[in-house]
Amino acid sequence: MSHDITHDGVADHHDHDHKPKGFVKRWLMTTNHKDIGTLYLIFAFAMFILGGAMAMIIRLELFQPGLQFVEPDFFNQMTTMHALIMVFGAVMPAFVGLANWMIPMMIGAPDMALPRMNNWSFWILPFAFALLSSTLFMEGGAPAGGWTMYPPLVLQGGHNVAYLVFAVHLMGISSIMGAINVIATIMNMRAPNVGYLNMPLFVWTWLITAFLLIAVMPVLAGAVTMLLTDRYFDTSFFNAAGGGDPVLFQHIFWFFGHPEVYIMILPAFGVVSEIIPTFARKPLFGYVSMVYATAAIAFLSFIVWAHHMFSVGMPLGAELYFMYATMMIAVPTGVKIFNWVATMWKGSMTFETPMLFSLAFVILFTIGGFSGVMMALAPVDLQYHDTYFIVAHFHYVLVTGAVFAIIAGVYYWIPKWSGHMYNERLGKIHFWWSTISVNVLFFPQHFLGLAGMPRRIPDYSTQFAEFNMWSSIGGFAFGLAQVFFIYIVWKTVRGGEKATGQVWEGAKGLEWTVPSPAPHHTFEDFGPVDLDKMAHGKTH
Amino acid sequence: MKKAQMKFMMLISGLLAATMASAEYGLNLRKGVTEYSEAAYGMHTFTLWICIVIGVIVFGAMIVSIFAHRKSKGVKAEQFSHSLKAEVVWTIIPILILVVIAIPATKALIKMENPTTDDGKPMKMDMTIKVTGYQWKWRYDYLDEGFGFLSTLAKESNLARQKGSGIDPSTVENYLLDVDKPLVLPANTNIRFLLTADDVIHAWWVPDFGWKRDAIPGYVNEAWTNIKTPGTYRGQCAELCGKDHGFMPIVVEVLSKEDYATWVAEQKGEQAEEAVLVETEWNKENLMARGEEVYNAQCAVCHQATGAGMPPAFPALAGSELVNGPAADQINLILNGKPGTAMQAFGNLLSETDIAAAITYTRNSFGNTAGDIVQPAEVKSMKQ
Ligand code: HEC
Ligand code: HEM
Ligand SMILES: [Cu+2]
Ligand SMILES: [Cu+2]
Repeated sequence: MSHDITHDGVADHHDHDHKPKGFVKRWLMTTNHKDIGTLYLIFAFAMFILGGAMAMIIRLELFQPGLQFVEPDFFNQMTTMHALIMVFGAVMPAFVGLANWMIPMMIGAPDMALPRMNNWSFWILPFAFALLSSTLFMEGGAPAGGWTMYPPLVLQGGHNVAYLVFAVHLMGISSIMGAINVIATIMNMRAPNVGYLNMPLFVWTWLITAFLLIAVMPVLAGAVTMLLTDRYFDTSFFNAAGGGDPVLFQHIFWFFGHPEVYIMILPAFGVVSEIIPTFARKPLFGYVSMVYATAAIAFLSFIVWAHHMFSVGMPLGAELYFMYATMMIAVPTGVKIFNWVATMWKGSMTFETPMLFSLAFVILFTIGGFSGVMMALAPVDLQYHDTYFIVAHFHYVLVTGAVFAIIAGVYYWIPKWSGHMYNERLGKIHFWWSTISVNVLFFPQHFLGLAGMPRRIPDYSTQFAEFNMWSSIGGFAFGLAQVFFIYIVWKTVRGGEKATGQVWEGAKGLEWTVPSPAPHHTFEDFGPVDLDKMAHGKTH
Repeated sequence: MKKAQMKFMMLISGLLAATMASAEYGLNLRKGVTEYSEAAYGMHTFTLWICIVIGVIVFGAMIVSIFAHRKSKGVKAEQFSHSLKAEVVWTIIPILILVVIAIPATKALIKMENPTTDDGKPMKMDMTIKVTGYQWKWRYDYLDEGFGFLSTLAKESNLARQKGSGIDPSTVENYLLDVDKPLVLPANTNIRFLLTADDVIHAWWVPDFGWKRDAIPGYVNEAWTNIKTPGTYRGQCAELCGKDHGFMPIVVEVLSKEDYATWVAEQKGEQAEEAVLVETEWNKENLMARGEEVYNAQCAVCHQATGAGMPPAFPALAGSELVNGPAADQINLILNGKPGTAMQAFGNLLSETDIAAAITYTRNSFGNTAGDIVQPAEVKSMKQ
């Protein structure tokens, strides 16, 4: 017993880590950006599995026409909870986890600017999701009105409304604190000689994302608070019978909701903009235009919200405006895609797992972008809207977009985090398995939507049977692939080939100048860094 | 490694081909039967091809790069990192393409929202249908003719779709896409739709007409159509509206103008018969028989065929104090509903006879012991 303690002490002393000892001190009370990053990533992964399990229930019910497994109301609870958990529990926290781990190391900062708040913004999350998930066990069940929470339907949900609203409040508080921390860190904690245009693109995309978060999370909080008072205090914000307006909620929700989808994709752009140059052994093409394009997308994301509402009966002028504004977003998005392709062009490419996921990201995200442009056309969106066509669209941008970028980021940086290389062969199997199955899962949904299958339905007419079966088979295979991913990550953390500090031959950036695993504290001296080691910026 | 990649590629294309071959029905958007749906189809196809062309160029460049510029071939990476010319080109060209797409889209949208004839005058509407969404059925009112009716999921589909029904959906004709009473419309007529809802938001969508429009409580939305060919067209509610959102289909029977006129005359005849029934004194047996039918069609989705309900969302009628109490209270509830809950005001939805029958049925079934019967005339008098 005492021997063990001494042994630990010696180990600690050996790598000068000064990690706090004991579970509570190390994890519960941590203010270390790396440990908090790890917590975020583990939490996001757990939520990904939970939300994924719900998706499996949905796909199981949709495997065949007829109701075999669940009642319609429970089906609606599953779609609603699946989306809320995936959006707020998996994708957003995963990016915050990456931000925590990487931003300080990328700009030569010793930690995040507000470490105690950092701890708090993470530890709110388990409570938020415990609150939300507990509704599954309530009388009447979980919220079943869709993740968009449209009144009046959502207000028929009994007392789960209160749980839903408070859970959203908590998630919002957590996100806002996380965003403030990112902004404060990037603005104040850069090494003295690192200018804004020296920063890696991942840092840039996160800076812009953080402003989006601060701008829109309070709007969402306001919207759900009005739901709460409509439900419990007899206000009529959204109640037509009381003089209110149900469509008002949709405007407020999507004023949050559209920037929200960019909150989930901009950091993904950042991740692949780090990875592609590394494995092309060539600097990122058009660094400055990438920064401008990101800012342009963020700005445009505030002024296109009602493209989600082409069928609510807006005046002609509004419909035309929202159509044109939405089409504009395709331009800076296209610029990014062209720049990635130009980065690969005449490079010297190798195809390790992070690169494979990034290449798949570029292609599959673009496919999601194509259906996005099609849906921007208001007169045709009156056909596409609320069908499986849009389910296919947003899963292409969210799963093969955001989630693929997160997976790519994990493979890219896990040697730095854990000090071990992952098993390349297993990584490649994971990649091909995921990429094939995800297309079997989501590509046929385009056809289903065009053929007329509405979304959010637990049962369908027999003409849709074939593609739904394909989609479900793809779904189960994709789900299984992610269980395999857990195994790969677990194996890597536990052991494996030792990683060098540099890890990747072609990688540039300050994170690669520290040893692997990255020591508990890095860049403690606040001193200038070697700008030649940075991936982008004026030095080229 | 390369061999393995080739194999995967072949697998993917094989899978894709198999899917395409096995699906003999639509992979693409439907062309539909209105000018609007054809315009939407045209724009869809045009934009899809543009996307395919862009995709071929972008993915083509990527694939060339992936195969030609790889380290395993001994390629040395060049170090160029920007080109203003390239950035300008790939900003301007997409803008031009978008302008080309936006022009027909603008025209189609104007035609939908501000319909005009060829000489620029506002288009005259020949008739108006009011569509009201309810959880989970549609009501159609023929405003020019003065009658209307409810349209709900057909009985066969409704039986088959129950969990554990043991009925194979493929044995049911038009499974989930059939109703008890379809909307009937004349062909080649300018028809205005006014859409609204009573409880939550629904959306009325028939793909062959080319549009969907939300039916929102407190709003009256407008849309129009002119259907070229007689036939039967099917659609579904397209906005999540609660547990049976997937089970409120739309069926539109489009007749020639002459057949339509005949149909309207028939409906008016039936309406007159209905009016006589309200004034008739009914006996318990007949009321119970009709009540069972009405209850199963209109009330059982929430209160269940057994009267057990689905607490807490939908209360049980078996043993309910209200159902076993004074009849007047129950008539009042059924007529006016309970605002803010899913219990609808059936006063404007069902005939007095149907309401009286349904109330009589609930008071004398599921072990309820009120024992009395309610006459249509009583309901009528309370409706004032
Ligand atoms: C869309 C679902 C729905 C349908 C359809 C529906 N009800 Fe209801 N009903 C409800 C709800 C919800 C309540 C509870 C209202 C409340 O909160 O007081 C209710 C309450 C009642 C009550 C009062 C029960 C009690 O003990 O308080 C009666 C009686 C009743 N309904 C009869 C009917 C009849 C008869 C029909 C068919 C003509 C019908 N309902 C159709 C949802 C429905
Ligand atoms: C494991 C892979 C996934 C599968 C198999 C899957 C499957 C599904 C299915 C079947 C639906 C229901 C569609 C409907 O009935 O309308 C759905 C809805 C949705 N999913 Fe996923 N999904 C996956 C991952 C994700 C991820 C990672 C995200 C987000 C980051 C996401 C976001 C959503 C959203 C926003 C909805 C809409 C829910 C609603 O209609 O309210 N999904 N998903
Ligand atoms: Cu949007
Ligand atoms: Cu619906």
